[in-house]
Amino acid sequence: MKSSYRHILPEVQALLSSKDLFVKAKGEPTRLTYGEALLSLGAQNPNVVSLDADVSKPMKTFLFAAKFPERSFNFGIAEQNMMAAAAGMATTGLIPFANTYAVFASMRALDMVRNSIHYPRLNVKIAASHSGITPGPDGVTHQAQEDLSIMRALAGSTVIAPADPTSTRMAVYAAAAYDGPVYLSFTRDPVPVLYDESFPFKIGKAVLVREGKDAAIIANRDLVVQALIAAESLAQKGIDVRVIDCHTLKPLDEQMVLKAAKETGAIVTAENNIIYGGLGSAVAELLVEKYPIPMKRVGVGNTFAESGPYLEVIDKYGLTARHIIKAVKAVLKRKPSVKVKPQAKPTATPKLKTKKKSEVKAKAGRKR
Amino acid sequence: MSQEPMSIDELKRMAGTIRCDIIEMTCTAAAGHPGGSLSATDIVTALYFRVMRIDPANPQWPDRDRFILSKGHACPAWYSALAERGYFDKQHLSTLRRLGSMLQGHPDMHKCPGIDMSVGSLGQGISAGLGMALAGKLMKKDYHVWVVVGDGECQEGSVWEAAMAAPKWKLDNFTVIVDRNHLQNDFCVEDVMPVEPLADKWRAFNWHVETIDGHSMEQVVAALEAASERKGVPTAIIAETVKGKGVSFMENSADWHGKAPCVSEADQALCEIRRCTCEI
Repeated sequence: MKSSYRHILPEVQALLSSKDLFVKAKGEPTRLTYGEALLSLGAQNPNVVSLDADVSKPMKTFLFAAKFPERSFNFGIAEQNMMAAAAGMATTGLIPFANTYAVFASMRALDMVRNSIHYPRLNVKIAASHSGITPGPDGVTHQAQEDLSIMRALAGSTVIAPADPTSTRMAVYAAAAYDGPVYLSFTRDPVPVLYDESFPFKIGKAVLVREGKDAAIIANRDLVVQALIAAESLAQKGIDVRVIDCHTLKPLDEQMVLKAAKETGAIVTAENNIIYGGLGSAVAELLVEKYPIPMKRVGVGNTFAESGPYLEVIDKYGLTARHIIKAVKAVLKRKPSVKVKPQAKPTATPKLKTKKKSEVKAKAGRKR
Repeated sequence: MSQEPMSIDELKRMAGTIRCDIIEMTCTAAAGHPGGSLSATDIVTALYFRVMRIDPANPQWPDRDRFILSKGHACPAWYSALAERGYFDKQHLSTLRRLGSMLQGHPDMHKCPGIDMSVGSLGQGISAGLGMALAGKLMKKDYHVWVVVGDGECQEGSVWEAAMAAPKWKLDNFTVIVDRNHLQNDFCVEDVMPVEPLADKWRAFNWHVETIDGHSMEQVVAALEAASERKGVPTAIIAETVKGKGVSFMENSADWHGKAPCVSEADQALCEIRRCTCEI
């Protein structure tokens, strides 16, 4: 049977319905992938300089510092100075990568990031680890649940949140090749390696990673894997869901989103970020103006989270596959003409047919 | 360089011309910050007409000295110096703060030739200058980076992040001039939030520090030229200045921080500045 998945490693496909995906699949925190990618970038491009703020170990940028000490600058715990200094360096033609945690990059140093980097459109790459609630154990002060919303609000910003180590590596190279400020968001905790080298990373171009026609889940960063788990689970219940890795939050790939909206008629967004101003907002803004269809957002609600193991924290705060499944079912009920047919037997794979609202409700109830 | 370095007397006369420009610009715009522009004028004049290695015909020359007015609100002084030095036609000065003007309320490096960094939010220009100085060292270029910060601006924590960093990298290609005019937007600096002992603070951060009369062209030039020759350490020049310098009713008054003169006030101001300049 032809796989619905695109660019996903076969071993990951095989594990999507397993509870052990995060244990068995190869993976790592994308902050570490970043540090290694920066090292190889440094070897290729002598204009690349690395700026640290006392987190060169957690972001593995100490590798760059060891190999290219003259091109590495540790500013200490002083992110504001680092960001504006990065801007000054960029005016001379260097390509500074300013490395820190997302809370500090997007909030403590935001004035510098806005006025010294984005306003003059300087070629600074902001590498932000611990983005979203990916630092589970560290607690709220280090959980940047707003960073993507904040960065998206800046004029001329490019905001990238790659889902896995493979696409992270590609994102780092693409950011270096792009002329202008780029915000790169990385995870503190490990995420599985999802993609093979065929993954077509291009800034501003979302990637279809699972085909499907009943609904589409548009996800970024660490919730892409949760979307894939949700889609696999829904497939076993006869619901065929498309999954799109929208690694570039801004500029949004409007074409890909509108195509999904037109072809599936129902959209769920999934982001490890507060629901105000991030991916869900971006997609909703587009759809409400150009193609209004039923839509639901999965993301952090109007709350701060807490400490805990990563997977437990994101589950408690509504960001795992089960929440996405629930959202897909809810949005399917609101599709005007297409309803899910009840399954005769658990093994059957029903086609989508028109059906009464009450029947869908009953079916959803049975599955809990 | 398209122009010979000016003598002290020529610099004094040019400072008078720039002070007149500042009054005319802010009066025409009916907005702007004359007080802090007038206090920084002698420093900016000495840099652009004597000390800095620049080529107005080639504002992006990679080997040029860089200048950043970190207290960006004093940009009328910067714009006037650039225009008088030939970066752009003087007629633009009357467009300050107008829609479509190259002369934004706070400087935009992409709109105005000669502006090396967009500034305005206090406490950032000094860090940008630090980055340029680091880049100069890395690329083995011998340009110097000059940054003027306000004394009120020294209340921004990020100023001290930059102050801490420059000696770490022994940035002797980096000089900060503190425009010590003792006044900020609200009131006296020492009443709003004391910054003294200011010279000791910079010294404690391992800078070479000099305190000068920021309106004595002889002292300004001597301090700047010494800074450009100093090795192994960044220089901080505390320039004691008078806010509103050269205009009797503006001097030492916080009210003229962000207020433009009306036409009659401007006329009186221009008379006072010109009279003073004639005596040189």
